[in-house]
Amino acid sequence: MTGLPIAVVGASAAGLAAAEALRRFGWRGPLTLIGDEPHLPYDRPPLSKQLLQGAWAPEKLLLRTADQLAPLDLDLRLGTRATGLDVAGRTLTLDGDVGVSPLAQGRERGTLRCAGVIIATGVAARTLPGADRIAGVHTLRTLDDALALRGRLANGGTPGSEGVAAGGGGRRLVIVGNGVLGCEAAAVARELGHEVTLVGIEATPMAAAVGTEVGELLAEEHRARGVRLLTGAVDGFETAPADPAGGGDRRVTAVRLAHGGTPAGEGRASGGVAAGGGGAEGRLLPADLVLLAIGSRPGVDWLDDPALDTGDGLRCDAYCAAAPGVYAAGDVARWDHPVHGRPLRFEHRMNATEQGMAAARNLLAELAAEASGPAGATAAAGAEAAAPAPERRPFAPVPYFWSDQYAVKLQAYGLTAGADRVETTVLDRAARRALALYGRDRSAVGVLAAGLPPRQVRALRAVVAAPLPWEEARERIAAALAAG
Amino acid sequence: MKITLDADRCCAAGQCVLIAPEVFDQRDEDGVVVLLDAEPPAGQHDAVREAAAVCPAAVIEVRA
Repeated sequence: MTGLPIAVVGASAAGLAAAEALRRFGWRGPLTLIGDEPHLPYDRPPLSKQLLQGAWAPEKLLLRTADQLAPLDLDLRLGTRATGLDVAGRTLTLDGDVGVSPLAQGRERGTLRCAGVIIATGVAARTLPGADRIAGVHTLRTLDDALALRGRLANGGTPGSEGVAAGGGGRRLVIVGNGVLGCEAAAVARELGHEVTLVGIEATPMAAAVGTEVGELLAEEHRARGVRLLTGAVDGFETAPADPAGGGDRRVTAVRLAHGGTPAGEGRASGGVAAGGGGAEGRLLPADLVLLAIGSRPGVDWLDDPALDTGDGLRCDAYCAAAPGVYAAGDVARWDHPVHGRPLRFEHRMNATEQGMAAARNLLAELAAEASGPAGATAAAGAEAAAPAPERRPFAPVPYFWSDQYAVKLQAYGLTAGADRVETTVLDRAARRALALYGRDRSAVGVLAAGLPPRQVRALRAVVAAPLPWEEARERIAAALAAG
Repeated sequence: MKITLDADRCCAAGQCVLIAPEVFDQRDEDGVVVLLDAEPPAGQHDAVREAAAVCPAAVIEVRA
């Protein structure tokens, strides 16, 4: 019997990790990796940091070079989009461009019957209606997004202008959304010398992720660096005709706020950027450039099989299985975390890799069981040739995320979002050194460190590996800090 | 086994130190990875491969 392939849909961190793990765990059958972008798998966290800043060239973001991918013997289909999945038949529908990159073995449209499928389609940037037809309004999710925005920041923000080195500065950038991405981009743009206004619905930057106290510490750092912080909802954009020579879309001139927009954190120093607009300050924010950093949508639109639950990502069980032979990993997967006892979905870089590996292991275990079971008809040659079958294991990571803004590095383990109790200890306000403990249902479930030495940060991980009584967590944190 | 690092890309997550503390460490000042043993003994190989696979910045390269 000819072996059917395992297909991994999504060629970013989670998909690549899954593909590599499939080989490492013994899959010798055909292996198809499908990515809708034309690029080899690349890393996303540097997009809003080193790449946007101009410190790194795009090549530095590649997770693997072509040479490093070669031993995987991938059927690599870049520039190819999965447009459907028949779960019962484990059959994908693909829609691909042909020959979009040197490594793409571009296939025409068609279907691909699979032994198993791992879905790692990630998330897409949310946007606002009509925003994609306004020049100067950007999102920041893909390499192409980041390069476009970087180009505008480097050349002074004017479409088509050239020859000004990185750090040209002086343009008015309004960032809509004060979550992690918006804050990171604000730091970079400010360091490049641009006038940066950060507008969010939340009064405190990153509050949804880290709580208000840590968020306020970050707000102080942004203000000290000259970022203007506003609270408000965006109503739309003011535009002007495209440059006569450009002949393209209208270009943005201002961001319109729905309810005025108030300076975040009343009574604090507002930093070095002059506010425009006089009495109507905030209502209309003049802008040469706009970054929409208003969250993301899980990449599930293409999954229309009723066997799948695609509300807020692809719903999976504790093994990352969405259906028999169909697994998910990374930003798109919402699975039952066995330790936390509720479905969770993370858009964290670390989770992408770890979940990709877990999904690969569990899929192989399932295929091996199918091959040896009474219904072994669907057995794939690759599974038969595999090493001793791994057993399926619940995926139970200690979540981890980090964020870099200016010289501030935040690192968090466990669950910091959705906490019903946060206790923040500011160790050194000027140096932005802090430690925060996050609780839910009377247990400590997350911990965050800012500005702590690596040894102490690592020691915090064990404290929130599983929910812990609050007082016990505090004692263990104190011990971890004392030992460091 | 021979390990090479692209430490310039390190994001200081520290996962490698948690997984293989005899092979990796972190600089105190910024958490960037430090290689303690570029050719570790066989007993460390599995841990090193796991560290390389998990590293969220793909910093660690392992050659057989």
